[in-house]
Amino acid sequence: MKTQPPNSTETLLEASTQFKVVRSIDKNFRRVTFGLAIGIGLILVWITYSLLVIALPAIQTFGLGFLVDSTWDPVKNIYGALPHVYGTILSSFLALLFSVPLGVGVAIFLTENFLAPKILQPIALTIELLAAIPSVVYGLWGLFVFLPAIKPLFQGLNHNFGWIPFFSTEPGGRQLLGASLVLAIMILPTIIAISRDTLTSLPPKLRQGAYGLGATRWETIMLVLLPAALSGIVGSIMLALGRALGETMAMAMLIGNANQANISWLAPASTLSSLIANQFGEASGLQKSSLFYEALILMVLTLLVNIFAQMLVSRFQQVE
Amino acid sequence: MNDRQIKQLTSENPVATGRLRPTVWTALTALSIGITVSSCTPKSPDVATPPSDGAAPSATVPAADGKGSALSGAGATFPAPLYQRWFADYNKANPGTQISYQSVGSGAGVEQFLAGTVDFGATDAPLKPEERTKFKTKYGAEPIQVPMTGGSVVFAYNLDGVKDLKLSRAAYCGITTGAIKKWNDPEIAKANPGAKLPDSAIQFVHRSDGSGTTFQFTNHLKVACPTWTAGVNKSISWPQGMTGAKGNEGVSAQIKQTPNAIGYVEYSYAKQTDMPMAEIENKSGKLIAPTPAAGEAAFVGEKVPADLALLVPDSANPNAYPISGLTWLLLYPQSKDAAKQTALKSVVEWALTTGKATATELGYVPLEDSLVAKVKAELSKVK
Repeated sequence: MKTQPPNSTETLLEASTQFKVVRSIDKNFRRVTFGLAIGIGLILVWITYSLLVIALPAIQTFGLGFLVDSTWDPVKNIYGALPHVYGTILSSFLALLFSVPLGVGVAIFLTENFLAPKILQPIALTIELLAAIPSVVYGLWGLFVFLPAIKPLFQGLNHNFGWIPFFSTEPGGRQLLGASLVLAIMILPTIIAISRDTLTSLPPKLRQGAYGLGATRWETIMLVLLPAALSGIVGSIMLALGRALGETMAMAMLIGNANQANISWLAPASTLSSLIANQFGEASGLQKSSLFYEALILMVLTLLVNIFAQMLVSRFQQVE
Repeated sequence: MNDRQIKQLTSENPVATGRLRPTVWTALTALSIGITVSSCTPKSPDVATPPSDGAAPSATVPAADGKGSALSGAGATFPAPLYQRWFADYNKANPGTQISYQSVGSGAGVEQFLAGTVDFGATDAPLKPEERTKFKTKYGAEPIQVPMTGGSVVFAYNLDGVKDLKLSRAAYCGITTGAIKKWNDPEIAKANPGAKLPDSAIQFVHRSDGSGTTFQFTNHLKVACPTWTAGVNKSISWPQGMTGAKGNEGVSAQIKQTPNAIGYVEYSYAKQTDMPMAEIENKSGKLIAPTPAAGEAAFVGEKVPADLALLVPDSANPNAYPISGLTWLLLYPQSKDAAKQTALKSVVEWALTTGKATATELGYVPLEDSLVAKVKAELSKVK
């Protein structure tokens, strides 16, 4: 876009000979973006609607009781989602339990000049590469390398802490805790990358001010930088949670696909998405409807997490 | 434009400012438009549009030379390795015919066959009566269903120091229902004199995905085990705490990694991956090791129904391996594209004669001769 240099006696609008052109481009651009924005909304509505249509027989048959029923019997055509909702929420929660302290810690370490940039850059690159690994690769690695390697630890947990209900069952090859650990590794890059960006973009005067007042590095990080970056960190955690809830392939391979809501973390379990991935290919009739019903539940669950995240973030922003 | 101009523009231009509020309004409108538009959508999107006439429409690109045909099929995963090998071999011998096969699962195969989006379908379980009715009302003729090959389902296990595990009926029934929990159970020990069976829990692994393997397996258990209550299906409700794994490869990985594990996989898969397989007791009380010959024996002398949906849940033949089943190809009786139908017929005939050796090589059960003759008679209905 070329404009005439402004004449000091005229206003800018009058000076511009291409004003009309600019205006019309402006208008059309607005229309196009508006259309695209509506399009996104339409696609979401379309997906939800088509899920709903196919899920309708299951919704009519089982109602909300679907959520608290733990039967999944394709022979008798009785279905319930309790074990899968339980497995989805618990595995995501456990994954966050491991990855949040680790991820935020790494982000702080990478931003607070503990390291020379020469070493720092490769580390940051490695973390971003972790995010680029396809989930089926994580699944295969978990199945053949990670879980066999970590099995003695689980057995130790069961033998020594078996009195805690969470570790009360003999660990099999695949179980909830192992799958959650792999999930934690999968969501780690999201947490690190976004937290790191937030920490780097904090105004330097915060750091300088804190040091100037005589705060130690520890105090600066804990009392000044972390609270200031909290909204970004919470945002990163929520994004990671979103991925954890929806993760399909790795979970279908690692979680054991047992249709039970067991208190023990060392027992095989299943998640909403792993069940769908497992059974969709050969399902028909009410079974297919029920799988779509589960998909709807997963969508609502993710939506709730997002709304919750928005509320949290806006709250922290107000505090600032 | 420099910074100052931009600033001036944005502050003076009424279009650029004060538009925040209407966005809420437009978003709401967008949402309501979306609801009205999509609720007008006539049908659930998972059903493909059916063809207007009885012909199988060509979802494929016709071959370039005009004489040849490009066929496409979809369905069962269990015979997929054999089908793909067959079709590749056939293509080498007859370069004019190209056949693509998508192993999307039996359920999806039948659905696509009924919808008419493929040239042929494939399924591990014969067509149900309601599916036949559906086909008949839509195309005005009976669907053609021909068995192509068979397979056996075996017990693969991981048991330190036990080489030739033998399982009586009572033993494998107890293991699958969860009634027998330890390896040194007297029921298992009886058939394995001298074997060092450990005093540890049996880790049973089943398929977590819907599968023709599970169908064949449960089809046998229902007849052979009086205590089996879970029914017959491609996926069933397993007893609490049993581990499920996806695909033959998932089950076998789980068995290999877990000491004291046992599970069921396709014979062809177990053979290719060198897994130890248990001998099991058949109907006449004989312990039989799984082999293609023993699998074929299960179908000898059985009465074949008119629709060729031969299911032998528990063969009475003393030499038969009892957990054996067939897998079928689904063909259209009539089609506009005669060249395609002729090509398809010749592929099936070729596979059942020349292709027999490939089936045995890959660990599938080839069809016995009387059954092949019946398939050929059925093929004459394809026009």
